[in-house]
Amino acid sequence: MKQSHAYTLYHPKWYRRRVSTWWWTQQWRSFKFILRELSSLAVIYFVALLLWLLWSLGQGEASYRNFLAWMESPLMIAFNVIAFLFVLYHSITWFNLAPKAMPVRVGGKRLPDWMIAAPNYAAWVVISVVIAWFILGGN
Amino acid sequence: MAKTITLEVARYRPEQEGEPAFENFDVPLNKDWVVLDALNYIKDKLDGSLSYRWSCRMGVCGSCGMMVNGEPKLTCATFLTAYDPGPIRVEPLRYFPIVRDLVVEITDFMSKLKAVKPWIVRDEEKPISEGEYLQTPRQLDNFKQFSMCINCLCCYAACPVVGLDQHFIGPAAIALAQRYNEDSRDQGKEERMDVLSQHDGIWGCTFNGECTRVCPKNVDPAGAIQQYKIKAVTDWYKSLLMPWGKK
Amino acid sequence: MAKRSNEPFLWSLFSSGGMIAALMLPVLILLFGLAIPLEWIEAPSRESLLALVRHPLTRLVLFGLCSLPLFHGAHRFRFTLYDGLQIKHLNELIAVVCYGGAIVGTALAGYILWTLG
Ligand code: FES
Repeated sequence: MKQSHAYTLYHPKWYRRRVSTWWWTQQWRSFKFILRELSSLAVIYFVALLLWLLWSLGQGEASYRNFLAWMESPLMIAFNVIAFLFVLYHSITWFNLAPKAMPVRVGGKRLPDWMIAAPNYAAWVVISVVIAWFILGGN
Repeated sequence: MAKTITLEVARYRPEQEGEPAFENFDVPLNKDWVVLDALNYIKDKLDGSLSYRWSCRMGVCGSCGMMVNGEPKLTCATFLTAYDPGPIRVEPLRYFPIVRDLVVEITDFMSKLKAVKPWIVRDEEKPISEGEYLQTPRQLDNFKQFSMCINCLCCYAACPVVGLDQHFIGPAAIALAQRYNEDSRDQGKEERMDVLSQHDGIWGCTFNGECTRVCPKNVDPAGAIQQYKIKAVTDWYKSLLMPWGKK
Repeated sequence: MAKRSNEPFLWSLFSSGGMIAALMLPVLILLFGLAIPLEWIEAPSRESLLALVRHPLTRLVLFGLCSLPLFHGAHRFRFTLYDGLQIKHLNELIAVVCYGGAIVGTALAGYILWTLG
C-alpha cells in the first residue's frame, strides 16, 4: 500500500489515538494471543535442549549421564514445565486454527471445522505414541 | 417510571475539546431497543448535536459500526437489554481518526479497498450476443461467504495489526479481494496478488482471529487471509520450480 | 509486475515448522524434560538411543525437527517483537537476528547429526 495515504495527511481537527505499547495487557483475549505467540520461545528453547541431548549422546556415556543429571535440577524442571505448557498451548491453538486456514470442500460443501481438526488431533496422538515407543526402546 | 439505562457516549467536538470525553445520558430501557435506537433517542430528545452514522437500521448498510463496551459492534443489531443494568459505553471505532463524536474518518480504508480491485476483472468481455456468464450454485458457494461483507469496519477496529501498522491493508479488503478471486467469472487474481503478496498485504497478519470473531456477517476474514497465504506460497514455489511457466 | 517479496518462503517455513512442533514437541518435552528427570519412567540407555539416532531416517526426521521449528519460532518471535513492543523501525535488525539465529541453529543441528557416532 504505497499509494495515496489519506491517513498521513495533516488534519488538525481529527483526533488520533496512539496504540499503547501494552495494548496486549488490556484484554484477556489479546493477552492470550501474545501468550500463543510467545510459545515460539518455548519451541526454540526445546530445540536447543534437543540439540544438547544429541550432542551429549555423541560425546560419550559420561556426557549423556551429565545431561540427565542436569535435567533433574529443579531449575530445569521448572523451565520444562513452563515450556511444556507453552508447547501444549501451541499445539492446541495450531490444530484448532487449521480448519480456518485449510477448509476442505466435499461435493461443494465445506466440511465442518471439527472434521478437519479431529484428524490433526488423531495424528498428534499417533505420532506421540510412536515417538515414545521408539525412544523407550519398544523396538 | 419505566426502567432506564445509562449510556456513556464518547463526545469529541474539535472546536470545543482537545480530546474525546464521555458524556452520560439516561435512556429508556425498552426491550426492543438497540444501541442505535438509544442514540437516536438522545439526538431527538436530549442533545441534538450528537453526531454518528447510520442508515438502514437492519444490518445491511454497514454504517453504524461503533465500539460498545470495548467491542466493535453494529449498533443497529446490539440490544440494550444485553447490557442491563449498564452502563453502556459507546465509542467510535478504534484505530480510525475521529472526525466528531462517533464519526470516524475512513478515506484510508476506501483507498485500500480500491487497491485490491473489488470488482470482476476480465481480460476481454464476451460479446453480448454470447449471453450471460453462467455460474453453478457450487461456484457461487465458493465466494458467497466473502460477498456478505458490508464494510462496517468492525474487523479493522478489532485487529491489533491495523492499529499497529497503518499500512496494513486490513481484513475486509483482503476478504473482498478473495471474494473476487474465487469468482469463476473473474480473471484478476494476478493483479490482486501483486498488491496482496506485499508485506503490507497478507503477510502483516498474525492470525489473531479477532476480525472473524467480531464480524457481524460471518465473513471470516481471518480464514480468507490464511487461505490466501497458502495460495501465495504455492504460487511462489511454482514460479521457483517452473520459472518459464506463465506468471 | 511488482516485485514479490520472499515472505511466502518464510511463511512456508513458519507453517511447516509450526506443524512439526505441534505434532512432535509436546511428547518429546514430556519424556525428556519431565517424565525421565522426575523418574516416572526410566531413562533409556545411551546405546539404545544412539542406535535409534544412527538410523539415517531418524537423522533426517531429527534434522527437520530441529530446523523447521527454529524457523517457525524465529518468524513468530519476529512478529511478536513488532506487535508487542512496537519496534518495527528495527525491522532489518530483528529479521537478521531472528532468521540468522535459525540458520545458525540449523547448521549446528546438521553438524551434530552428521558427526554423531
Ligand atoms: S444502520 Fe445499517 S448496518 Fe446498522
